Amino acid sequence: MAGRTLFDKLWDAHVVRDLGDGWALLHIDRHLMHDLGGGPGFAEIAARGLELHDPGLTFATPDHAVSSQPGRVATTFPLGGRLHAALRDGAKSAGVQFFDLGAPGQGIVHVMAPELGIVLPGLSVVCTDSHTCTNGGIGALAFGIGSSESVHVLATQTLRQQKPRRMRIRCEGTLASGVTAKDLALHIIGRLGAAAGVGHAVEFAGPAIEALEVEARLTLCNLAVELGARFGLVAPDERTIAWVAGRPWAPEGAAFEAAAAYWRKLTTDPDAVFDSEETIDASQVAPTVTWGTSPEHAIAIDAAVPDPATLGPRAQEGAAALAYMGLQPNAPIAGTPVDWVFIGSCANSRLSDLRAAAQIARGRKVASGVKAWVVPGSEIVKRAAEAEGLHRLFTEAGFEWREPGCSMCVAANGEQVPPGQRSVSTSNRNFVGRQGPGARTHLASPAVAAAAAIAGCIIDPRALR
Amino acid sequence: MTPFTTVVGPAAPLMRDNVDTDVIIRIERLTSLGRNELGPYALEALRLRADGSEDPGFVLNQPPFRGAPILLAGSNFGCGSSREGAVWALMGLDVRCVIAPSFGDIFFSNCFQNGLLPIRLPAPTVERLAAACAGGAPVTVDLQQCVLRTPDNSTVPFTVDALRREGLLKGLDDIGLTLQHDDAIRTWQREDRIRRPWAWPAAALERP
Repeated sequence: MAGRTLFDKLWDAHVVRDLGDGWALLHIDRHLMHDLGGGPGFAEIAARGLELHDPGLTFATPDHAVSSQPGRVATTFPLGGRLHAALRDGAKSAGVQFFDLGAPGQGIVHVMAPELGIVLPGLSVVCTDSHTCTNGGIGALAFGIGSSESVHVLATQTLRQQKPRRMRIRCEGTLASGVTAKDLALHIIGRLGAAAGVGHAVEFAGPAIEALEVEARLTLCNLAVELGARFGLVAPDERTIAWVAGRPWAPEGAAFEAAAAYWRKLTTDPDAVFDSEETIDASQVAPTVTWGTSPEHAIAIDAAVPDPATLGPRAQEGAAALAYMGLQPNAPIAGTPVDWVFIGSCANSRLSDLRAAAQIARGRKVASGVKAWVVPGSEIVKRAAEAEGLHRLFTEAGFEWREPGCSMCVAANGEQVPPGQRSVSTSNRNFVGRQGPGARTHLASPAVAAAAAIAGCIIDPRALR
Repeated sequence: MTPFTTVVGPAAPLMRDNVDTDVIIRIERLTSLGRNELGPYALEALRLRADGSEDPGFVLNQPPFRGAPILLAGSNFGCGSSREGAVWALMGLDVRCVIAPSFGDIFFSNCFQNGLLPIRLPAPTVERLAAACAGGAPVTVDLQQCVLRTPDNSTVPFTVDALRREGLLKGLDDIGLTLQHDDAIRTWQREDRIRRPWAWPAAALERP
């Protein structure tokens, strides 16, 4: 028998029943719910007279539609307040664990769930959010679903799924100093395109991946969906196992040892075959930013904005993107003035991200005319950052230090970049109108974003070190 | 769910790649409106100008394609956010079928949950269809026969996964179907508690 890939092993371990024609009934080990879809999901279950199959496997927290304003409560953003109440009440009556504002555990679902050990390597994990693939960074079978599928999980603890094809992206070499997982992710999407992973589960492998810290792997897998893939994966290793140990919901003692023994087997067999393979030379990756309105519009920070005329069949799309972004062909991207900087989101709001940004901000001042926000990804991240004094370092430099949530990444809570203004953002989407109608978003790493806040323009953060 | 058998009408060409679900429906519309109120806001970044008036240059605002039940699109249609509201919004515009070389995976699944048929065809075929349908003459999408009939009287076969086709034709509910396997689900769970005890949080273990 041919060897199996990491993805095959994770998939096979969750098949309750083969439904034929490539369909499987998959067991769902963890179902995460947030405030956008959570309340309506619980309401639909109640309206249809169904019961939750396994309430102990579902976890809920508000993140999308809550204000990140200091001192916020649920009703600070009134529309979100209604969604918050629906999620809280639905979770309570269904017997689902709910992490409320201000309590340890609240935060962006893809930040708080692995942080608490709710998500573990080897588990299947779903959420009505495309960035659920983040959790693949610790070797979980994690994928985004729609709201109908979420109701299906509530009622059955399973999903009907067709197995995707397998793709491996081998990252050879070493990332240069000052180059991060976010730069690597944007570089890969820029090279392969935003549709390269459609219909695939992508395993990231190779020495450059093995060298990444666990939080960096979460960042990398977070952007797998921007490559078109529903799943991103990194095989769990000793670094992963050490990272998981001691987290509040993780197993302890003998149970943890049994789990770790299981996790050590979650690797792609040497003779396994992928449906497609790509190789990236990590040593060639520079700090990377986007210039257009798709994450694939990514270039090195010392490169020039492309001339749409050179984009072949994509010329018209490129010209529209440049017009939306207010940029000139062939102009260097560095030096482009910015109005807003947003450091946060499920891509880059973990403690390591805030430390990287703080290192740039330390002892400097945000340029006049720039509004710069730091939004920690969870209550636990926020408290840990405050214990290190990062919040003071940011506020002394002129950044705003805010409450945990999705904030200006998805702009579902009224926190928007004004029309026509330019933002450097550590989030994962630069789509038209994503950060607000007419907002111009450049995706970047925390170091690039912090440097842009200080310089008032896009700049290579290595120049500030 | 509304069953889908045959749909007849103009096919509007929206021939651009990577039309994301944020562009199909803005997030604020989802936080403030119900699922049946989204149609007027579908594709608003493309359909409407900054002052809220219709952009006459946009294909769905042009007479033959206003209310077109079929959309022809570029690759990776519906990429990005998992929001099922993107499907509800398109259905609110009376779109019942989208034909594209490829789709965002979650959007593709969401379509079948709501009675919207996504059809994958090679890019040259979609481009040929767009040319044949440019005048707004009706196209027939026949899911029984899995064939498109175009205004120039040619036919284009397409494939849809059998299980999903059956679900669309009958408007079937997946939850009811899955619960027929509930004994197998519970048996699997009992065995898994022994196989992977660490995978079961204490709160779940305490439950009967």
